Amino acid sequence: MTDVAVVAFAQSKHVAADPNRNEVEMLMPVVAEALEQAGLEREEIGFVCSGSCDYLLGVPFSFVTALDAIGAWPPIRESHVEQDAAWALYEAWVRLQHGDVDTALVYGFGKSSLGDLHEIMTLQLDPYYLEPLWPDMVSMAALQARAYLDATGKTERDLAEVVVRSRAAAASNPNAIVAGTTTADALLKEQTTIAPLRTSDCPPITDGAAVVILATADRARAISERPAWIRGIDHRIEAHSIGVRDLATSRSTALAAGRAGAADDKVDLAEMHAQFSHEELIVRDALGLDDSATVNPSGGPLAANPVMATGLIRIGEAASRISAGGGDRAVAHASSGPCLQHNLVAVLEGE
Amino acid sequence: MSGRAIEDLNEDGPVTKMHAPIRLEYRIGAGTAQSRFLRGVAEGKLLGQKCPVCSKVYMPPRGSCPIHGVPTEEEVELPDRGTVTTFCVVNIPFSDLAPEVPYVCAQVLLDGADTALFGLIAGMPAREVRMGLRVRAEWAPREEWTYNLGNIKWWEPTGEPDADYDAYKDYI
Repeated sequence: MTDVAVVAFAQSKHVAADPNRNEVEMLMPVVAEALEQAGLEREEIGFVCSGSCDYLLGVPFSFVTALDAIGAWPPIRESHVEQDAAWALYEAWVRLQHGDVDTALVYGFGKSSLGDLHEIMTLQLDPYYLEPLWPDMVSMAALQARAYLDATGKTERDLAEVVVRSRAAAASNPNAIVAGTTTADALLKEQTTIAPLRTSDCPPITDGAAVVILATADRARAISERPAWIRGIDHRIEAHSIGVRDLATSRSTALAAGRAGAADDKVDLAEMHAQFSHEELIVRDALGLDDSATVNPSGGPLAANPVMATGLIRIGEAASRISAGGGDRAVAHASSGPCLQHNLVAVLEGE
Repeated sequence: MSGRAIEDLNEDGPVTKMHAPIRLEYRIGAGTAQSRFLRGVAEGKLLGQKCPVCSKVYMPPRGSCPIHGVPTEEEVELPDRGTVTTFCVVNIPFSDLAPEVPYVCAQVLLDGADTALFGLIAGMPAREVRMGLRVRAEWAPREEWTYNLGNIKWWEPTGEPDADYDAYKDYI
């Protein structure tokens, strides 16, 4: 295995809606910032991979248009995944194993403000049995939340506690949209919107982008004083139909965590792609974290959720804390598909 | 509950059609560069943008140089005349919105631009349209102008001599 590390991470100042800039205009300064952090020129990047979704933008081949933010002439080596850019990072990691290139730039972007995100996500469902019924994304999440609470005996107060902690952590994150001090009592006074979930249990609609730069072995050490080494990375997928899964657990997360070696040593911090409060509890169980690990120090997706970049941001946030000396070992999690269908776990370490 | 073998239930054959209408609505913003361009078009101006690295002028602009991945920060007003770099003659009507056949679609490289605009060629027989033809914009009446490149109804020959091939060979 070739050692690969995260050596730079940049993200946009996320906002609820960025009506003035197109995706390329939103992405360009973030790419420039990441390259500057790494001290690299565009031409030095060996491989580029992106994650985005045309349905969010309502435009076919928007991922091709987005390449205008990178500069693709003379032709570059490039690929794309139509899902969260955490999987673009996985592809880049695999690509770096080939050994012929030693740097990769990964980006994810999305503007959820353009359409109705909750309906757009319906179109990822199977087109025969489920999609014609138009279950929206929050309703699907609420089914999972109910299954989780019922199976574990936990209550809506436990969900509210996740929100309280997330918002408090987000107060120190300049990219957070939802942050600040609150209490479970205050949150529980709100009406549930789709029971057992309240608006506070759901992520904010967010426009944003993120970029991660990866480098191998000696190149990583030359770029970064303290690279965040990817010691393990794995992703696993479950059945698409939520009717055949145990929604109270995330077996694919547990499998990926096992393969990535998450529990092999003490975890200082974990960034989880938990869009809803209950998802954090489910993923936390699946990762096997004990109480000593700091969870979502950035505030997580409840603080800002630029869909298609949110998972990549988890890896970037975890890595930048490692690089800054805020921990020695971190676990980053990303998710895709309805109700935590597909999960990726990466283990990051300093030296 | 008693089951029946699936193969016994298929006498009606497979369902080959189901209706599941899908409709999504979006509120799309044109972005900074295209908004500048469209506001210009609404005033009868063609505003391109120049790359600070290679000095290429993009028409219409998208806000970035796709070669260098940098913002195009300088705005350049271009004349509404240019050169046909390539064209096709449409002989089959396929849309009620399209003009009467035969009509000509062309790429028009405005003087000073490095990318060509799409437009119709009129004011001459279709068979006489050619690469290198010099054309100018025929604008719709001013009161009809809006944020739309349709403000230019079509492009007509200027009567100038054709451009040398070398002048546009890099833009085909």
